[in-house]
Amino acid sequence: MVETHSFGVNPITCHAWNHDRSRLAFSPNNNEVHVYRRVELEWRLEDVLNQHDLRVTGIDWATRTNRLVTCAVDRNAYVWTQGDDGRWRPTLVLLRINRAATCVRWSPLENKFAVGSGARLISICYFESENDWWVSKHIKKPIRSTVTALDWHPNNAIIVAGSADFKVRLFSALIKDIEKAPEANAWGGRSSLGALIAEFPAPGNSLGGWVHAVSFSADGNRVAWVSHDSSIFVADPKRPPTRLKTQFLPYRAITWVAPDKMVAAGHDCSPYLYKVTPDGQLVMVCKLDVYKKREAGGLSAMRKFQSLDRNARIEPADTSLDSVHQNAITSICIHKGTKEACVTFSTTGLDGQLVMWDVNNLESAIQNLRL
Amino acid sequence: MEYTQNFKTRKAEMAATLRPYLTAVRHTLTAAMCLDNFSSQVVERHNKPEVEVRTSKELLLTPVLISRNEKERVLIEGSINSVRVSIAVKQADEIERILCHKFMRFMMMRAENFIILRRKPIEGYDISFLITNFHTEQMYKHKLVDFVIQFMEEIDKEISEMKLAVNARARICAEELLKRF
Repeated sequence: MVETHSFGVNPITCHAWNHDRSRLAFSPNNNEVHVYRRVELEWRLEDVLNQHDLRVTGIDWATRTNRLVTCAVDRNAYVWTQGDDGRWRPTLVLLRINRAATCVRWSPLENKFAVGSGARLISICYFESENDWWVSKHIKKPIRSTVTALDWHPNNAIIVAGSADFKVRLFSALIKDIEKAPEANAWGGRSSLGALIAEFPAPGNSLGGWVHAVSFSADGNRVAWVSHDSSIFVADPKRPPTRLKTQFLPYRAITWVAPDKMVAAGHDCSPYLYKVTPDGQLVMVCKLDVYKKREAGGLSAMRKFQSLDRNARIEPADTSLDSVHQNAITSICIHKGTKEACVTFSTTGLDGQLVMWDVNNLESAIQNLRL
Repeated sequence: MEYTQNFKTRKAEMAATLRPYLTAVRHTLTAAMCLDNFSSQVVERHNKPEVEVRTSKELLLTPVLISRNEKERVLIEGSINSVRVSIAVKQADEIERILCHKFMRFMMMRAENFIILRRKPIEGYDISFLITNFHTEQMYKHKLVDFVIQFMEEIDKEISEMKLAVNARARICAEELLKRF
């Protein structure tokens, strides 16, 4: 039900899968992107993409067109295409930003992608065939801080961005040069690039926190996000956003796994399953990490009380945590299935591990456990 | 007799207040150490601890001050990619003040060996730690918290032991000196 793969001790910043999930691209917290191929149970390093100068912050794999896009702290983004010999070749994207790029996402139709950056703007990039290069258009207003997370609406024209100014915003990302306006949807009519469709500040009297991750549901009618005040939010066009304040450490990543369910993971080192009830309330379903208590060898009463007394700690010698991941989880990708019906999803974290989780099995196993 | 009894009750009180104090520090540190790798949004190609440079207001968290009494307190200042922990150590008299100052100076001169130690304490405190996202990536977060807690626990003991040693030595010296007369 839980599959663990370790790729050394370096943190894994971000990861992405190809269309049939036989290949994995991730960055080991430096300027390189490693592409691995799965052979039976082991992973073989296929290629190392080292065009960036500084730490890579985002990777996304366009599954249909088999292209990779990477962005990094060196303010550049590259689109990688695979040649006939299997080597990946980079094409520079003119992002026109002067701060670090933070995240990148292909649009659902894979004709453009969005890059968030510390320059307080989003670059929507598309391929200009006359000049044979990738150019970008900027969405600037009213972003007041680093853009930390992005996700596309399935209609290819709306983008949601979370930023460090505590707000989540929906923008139109329609590029008239390359595509036609889509049908009107629940979020409102068609509009030009950069038009602000919705803005969600922290609701009520809460101060909110930095938004770490955003996710559109499969039908695009709901958007979920997690912020640094350990809260999860869900918004739809009709109601004001619903907030669930959790008792756990802040989440770093979130994704929908069913029309009404999502998985969030972060500094708590384990993924949690959340559900939206039909009346729009957010509830926690379960923790997906199967809690297994290790038998500590040589546990003496004296050491137990000593640690309780001296360090205010209940566990005596607890070098490793009681979770699969040993450090914060930084990204979640759907491995098998879609946002509509996810079967397995993968998480990577600062401990250099890639873990694959089976949603349904884990959920039912844990619910049986409770009975 | 009365003195020893007073001393005993005082000691019991201290033990009773130490635990909640350390527990509060532990929980605050655990929450404040949820750090992210965050490049500067003000200076190009820089990555600096935001709690030190303080260039963007929205990236700083509200500082938390935990005091056990007016002398012993901990200030925890959080930000998106770093946390600064400043500790004021108990100093009851002149000797303790001198010992504490010397001891902290000794450690801060060797700050790079302590990895998370800051070279200078911030105003009003005896010692400061600066923990960045690079530390939480390399080391276990809960062990970093343990380290700070253990430090706070040991430092009082260390200073009172040194004080006892200094006093004992002074007594012996005085005795030796006065023997001649």
